[in-house]
This record gives sequence, C-alpha cells and structure tokens, in this order.
Amino acid sequence: MREVDLAVVGAGPAGLTAAIEGAKRGCSTVVLDMNPHPGGQLIKQIHKFFGSREHRAGTRGIEIADTLFHEAESTGVEVMVRAEVYAIHDSTLEVAQTFGEDSPILPSKEATTSHSRSLSIVARRIVLAMGGAENALNFPGWTLPGVMGAGAAQTMINLWRVLPGERILMVGAGNVGLIVSYQLMQAGGEVVAVIEATPRIGGYGVHAAKISRAGVPILTSHTIVGASGESRVERAVIAKVDPSWRIVPGSEEELEVDTICIAVGLRPNARLASLAGCKLHYSPSLGGWVPIHNSRMETTVPRIYIAGDLSGVEEASTALEEGRLAGICAAASLSKERAGDPEEIKAIEQRLLSLRSGPFCQRRQDAKQELIGIAETQCPK
Amino acid sequence: MRVIHHPILGDLPEVRQVKIWVDGKEIAARKGEPIAAAIAANGTKIHRYTTRREEPRGVFCGIGQCTDCVMVVNGVPNVRTCITPVTEGMTVETQHGAGRGGR
Repeated sequence: MREVDLAVVGAGPAGLTAAIEGAKRGCSTVVLDMNPHPGGQLIKQIHKFFGSREHRAGTRGIEIADTLFHEAESTGVEVMVRAEVYAIHDSTLEVAQTFGEDSPILPSKEATTSHSRSLSIVARRIVLAMGGAENALNFPGWTLPGVMGAGAAQTMINLWRVLPGERILMVGAGNVGLIVSYQLMQAGGEVVAVIEATPRIGGYGVHAAKISRAGVPILTSHTIVGASGESRVERAVIAKVDPSWRIVPGSEEELEVDTICIAVGLRPNARLASLAGCKLHYSPSLGGWVPIHNSRMETTVPRIYIAGDLSGVEEASTALEEGRLAGICAAASLSKERAGDPEEIKAIEQRLLSLRSGPFCQRRQDAKQELIGIAETQCPK
Repeated sequence: MRVIHHPILGDLPEVRQVKIWVDGKEIAARKGEPIAAAIAANGTKIHRYTTRREEPRGVFCGIGQCTDCVMVVNGVPNVRTCITPVTEGMTVETQHGAGRGGR
C-alpha cells in the first residue's frame, strides 16, 4: 500500500496538467494510466492545433504530450504507465500494473522479478481524467472485421504505423472524421468518401478543404445503409437521407471498401467514476452521461475531482484548463487556505469561457452551467 | 500494411524484430508493438469468432475498451490484443467463443 496526497487517473492533457498543478503546490502526486505511453490521445494527433498561443496553437498534439510529460516529471510527479485502475473505494485506488521493456518509463525496483503486480494506493485527493470513448453506430454488418472507430484507425496508423485497410469509407464529417481521413491518406490509404448524415459538415473548414482538395468527396445528407463481405468488410452501401432522416428510395450506392471508420462523436468515459459512486447526469451537449461536478471540478463524492472529456466531451484546450483547475482546487482543499489562488482560478475560468463561446460551443457552456447548478444541491460543501 | 514513409512522422525507425506464432505460422513483429498491429501488418483481420453465431470479429476500438479483438495468447483466452505487446516466441491463436476452458 502506498499513500499519496493526490492520485490522478489518466495521463492525457487533463490528467497531466492536474498532476503538475498539484505537485507544484507541494502534493505528493502519482498519475496512473493504462496505456504504455503517457499523453492520452495527444500522442496520435499529428496535426497542428488551432486556437490561441496559450493553448499551444500551431503545435502538434504529439509535441504537447511530450512537453506535458517532461513538465510533470520535472515537478516531481510520478507517472505510472500500463497501470489500470479497476476499482475505487473510499480513498483507495486498486491498480493492476504490467511491465513491458518497451515502456518509456522504467518500472520501479520491486517489479523486476515479475511482469505484473497489483497495488493499492491511498490518496487524500483523486482527480479522474479518463477522457472519452468513441460512440458506435449500428447498421447491418457493423460487427464485421474492418468496421472500426476512427480513433482506432488513427491509433494504428500514427502510433503503430500500420494501415488497417487500403480503401476506406469514413462515416462522420466532424473534426475527427475529417482529420483522420486526411491522416489515413498521409499514411498511404485511399479514402473513397466521407459521409455525413446531417446537411452540414460539422468540422472546421480548413480540415474539410484539405481533403476536398485531395479529391475525396464529402457527401452530406448521406448515411450508411450496411456493410457486407465474406468474414470481413468488402463493400458498403450508402444512401441519401431526407430532412426527416429517412433514406431516399433509389439513392443507394455501393462502394467497394475494405475498411469503414466510424466518427460519430465521443462520450465521457464515466465507468470508473460511476463505480466510485459519483452521481451522473445525462447531458446531450456534453456527450451523454457526465459526472455531476461543481465549479471547482469536485464530484458528488467528497475528495474526487474530474477534468477533461470525462467532465463533458470538448477539446484538448479545454481539457488543459480543466485539468489545471482540478489540480489547483484539489491541492488547495488540502492546504490551510483552501481557496487556492482566486486570481489564478478566475483567469482559468475566463479562458474556459472564451473557449466555450461562439454559436457551437455556447451549448457546452450552458450545459456546464446546468451541471454546476445541479451540483450545488448534490456536491459536498 | 506497414506505413514505411510518412510526410509528418518520417521514415519508420528500425527496431528489433520479435518472432511470434499466429495460428501456427511464424510472423515478424516489431518490438514494443501490440499484437493487433503485428497481425494487421500481416493482413489478418479476424481475431475471434463469437460463441453462438460464430461471427467473425476484429479490432474495433483499438485502445483496450471494447474487448472485440481478444485472442488466445500463450494459451490464455480473452487477451486484449490491441494493448498487449508482442514478446519473443509468443503464441497467438484465433479465439472461438469464450476460448478454451471458458465455455
């Protein structure tokens, strides 16, 4: 058993910034992540980010992951990889850890005799930052090998350098669908089409323009009718949909593809939070079931905080800010002053507000406010 | 298919090769990569067949969440191949149903 001031679950942008802020304020801090590399989904984002300089615009995700990991190490955070948290009860996290010699971080001494161990960590404060999970889409043939999440394909090409298929249909023209389509092309794949059920492309114009320039059709008001093949995807049938989402008869078209990528949004990966007893609220604008949390990112379970996509699916930039906020508030609650630095918290809140402005993001701001309102009656004072 | 050249990531760096056995056939894998990447690079898409309808399944989420890609690894069924790294001499088998001993 180990005791720490702060345990963070998830080494993505939210988890790492939370840990950095905690460690800076004198907390003994450990970050646990089930993956072999720290950085969360940043390590497969090979495109440059948008936004303002303080959110590392113009930098590629993989570089941000590197910077954050080194900052965490230099502030004294211990990052444990291949460490899966499978239960939380009271202040104890139950962890199963395996060791691979390929892991970028050397395992600690006690582990050299074995390839795996289980351990319990008792933490005075916990920040959960497990991120999001891709939504699935059900259609005839959706379980065939060759149908996969767009994120799965992105992991395969950018992290493991294996192209999962040669002729690809992308379902969904949000930022994930557009970016992964382009990255599949960079990896040598042929994207046959990007289809989008709504009448409008959901992602940024720049991403759409890049793949249009490369000659890939983006078909709005189109859905997938089915996939078929002998034990694997060999073809897909797509069709037009009318304004009431019905398939337009006779508009079906068959495409010869070996891979179908699904990019229809993400949802908060709330399973561990739910297991830990955090109350959830259904919030469509934030991606589904979200742990209820107050403006200090604290959940309905005292001493458990959340940040990033787990607290509502947004962007890496908001995850960085929420992580900071959760880390500062968790650390402050352990100190005498308790409030944290009000100026600093205010500045973060201002930046979050500006990230959530604009016609599309305002919905998220409203949803967050709603959650905070619910939290006032349900979270510990 | 391996992505050898890449406009952003550069050429695929050389790493030590690891030999693994997939359904009795020896294939070359890259040290540190997950089983799913090694077998995808060799063109394998089917990881297992479901219990009742014997339907094929492959990689779906790629990050250890969905368990669609499980196979029998070194005799142990239900191993998530997308997050389990290859090791020298490892045996990997297509899984049928819940795997040996688990039916």
